Amino acid sequence: MPTAAPPLATPEQLAKYEPVIGLEVHVQMGTKTKIFCSCPNEFGSEPNTNVCPVCLGMPGALPVLNRQAVEFAIAASLALNCQVRQASIFARKNYFYPDLPKGYQISQYDRPVSEHGWVEIVVDGQHKRIGVTRVHMEDDAGKNTHDGYRDSDRYSYVDLNRCGSPLIEIVSEPDMRSADEAYEYLTELKLAVQYAGVSNCDMEKGNLRCDANVSVRLKGAEKFGTKAEIKNLNSFRHLKMAVDHEISRQVALIESGGRVMQETRLYNPDLDETFAMRSKEEAHDYRYFPEPDLVPLTISAEWLSRVKAAMPEMPSNRRKRFVDEFGLREYDAAVLTQERALADYYETAAAASGDPKAAANWVMGDLQALLKAENRTLEDSPVSAARLGELAGMVSKGELTGKMAKDVLAKMASTGDDARTIVEREGLKAISDTGALEAIADQIIAANLKQVEQYRGGKTTVLQFFVGQVMKATRGQADPAVAKEIVERKLAG
Amino acid sequence: MKIGEQEVRYVAGLANLSLSGAEIARMAHDLDEILTHIDKLNELDTSAVEPMAQVLYEAGETATLREDVTGASFDNETALANAPLAGAGQFKVPKIIER
Repeated sequence: MPTAAPPLATPEQLAKYEPVIGLEVHVQMGTKTKIFCSCPNEFGSEPNTNVCPVCLGMPGALPVLNRQAVEFAIAASLALNCQVRQASIFARKNYFYPDLPKGYQISQYDRPVSEHGWVEIVVDGQHKRIGVTRVHMEDDAGKNTHDGYRDSDRYSYVDLNRCGSPLIEIVSEPDMRSADEAYEYLTELKLAVQYAGVSNCDMEKGNLRCDANVSVRLKGAEKFGTKAEIKNLNSFRHLKMAVDHEISRQVALIESGGRVMQETRLYNPDLDETFAMRSKEEAHDYRYFPEPDLVPLTISAEWLSRVKAAMPEMPSNRRKRFVDEFGLREYDAAVLTQERALADYYETAAAASGDPKAAANWVMGDLQALLKAENRTLEDSPVSAARLGELAGMVSKGELTGKMAKDVLAKMASTGDDARTIVEREGLKAISDTGALEAIADQIIAANLKQVEQYRGGKTTVLQFFVGQVMKATRGQADPAVAKEIVERKLAG
Repeated sequence: MKIGEQEVRYVAGLANLSLSGAEIARMAHDLDEILTHIDKLNELDTSAVEPMAQVLYEAGETATLREDVTGASFDNETALANAPLAGAGQFKVPKIIER
């Protein structure tokens, strides 16, 4: 239960300390079936319908490891720059809880699937590597519901559909020194795991869960302070808020002569507070031992290299390449690599356009606006990447004005035709022939002597009127900038 | 003595076992004998032997893995058939008070 709100540290007090943060991240992998049985690995089914003797923990039922789960664990390990062990061992982690019918979780202990990786983050322009201690595989527990039923004051309800879903736990080194660094680490980790195709990492569905180990020490001190583990961080925002809050709580506690307890705390986002869970010393005595029902997992060099060969380019690399190869700004490169599908789309469009910078603007600007207006995702975009690239290229080559191209894009979306077909059907063509534009401008000036008087009398805003008339006369096929320059020159003369 | 009654109580607690006083005394005795025997085994020098987690260690990587293909699950009624208490398609357990 929440106790009285603890005092928080002043900025002066906070300035004396350095926070030390490590994260434990659980990722639910996107296999079709569970890790040790062939039940569907699905979210949102009717309670207790994706269950069988194995995941219900019935006596005598035996686990058989899912090959795809191993393959995903390898891919995630490679995405996080970890070294994959040739042999790893499953172990039983023993504890009693209603969402764990076997009475133990099958996890990995002293020989996890991989170790010694890193994730690169950028905070305030500074690049920093955060160490990844290990990645290990394990099965998920079921879901307890404590509220919402008529007899919830007396009973908890247990749905075991999630029990046996394949997880990897990714443990970081205590390398982070601020809530911002923790936030960036989780962002990069998520991106890498998504790129590797291991998981959607949908936090709302619990695909990605995060616990934070937080301690503080006086600046310059070598020894780590006592850490508290914060659970229940189910969004990026909550991670940042909870870590900041916990740092402040610990500093205030030490400054007032207290001592940080090693304990597990829960974050309550409504109160923006962490509070201690009831802790029993022995709750942490899990009595790990090698799982007798599973043979050690052997990952051959061939298998490892097969997975390696199938790995996509990682987001950090891709970002760098977009800047170096295509001349994009860092910010734009970051936006375009936020999702693998978007980066793939962009690369196809860039190749088709012959002008990667222009293609970037079309993908981030008009395409996003179009998708938003039609409430669609990139996956079911009405305009393919190659076609958008072609359109962008036509503008870059001066075949279409930007304004015309916007109209053409709308028509591409509504008709499903490509840009060239629409341009030919409608007879659209940017008038790059300045002679033709000069003739039109002459006619317009001759027909609007009153406005010419006004302009020459100093009312320069009338210029827009003339440009508008040229655009109208050319049905938008003139380049407005060129039209403006011609009219301006003629009116001056 | 390698193990006393206090340790037996602790381990029994972890394993959710309630033992009588007589059982605790007997367990302490039995476990002590087992550990004494293990000590005997420890006299052998095994420093050059790789720890063995499984007797099937030499099985090839493919023999022991399952393809990711969905199989049959229980329907809800079957799943809950052994539940001492059930409701709303779920197992019901005495209120969990951890939070």
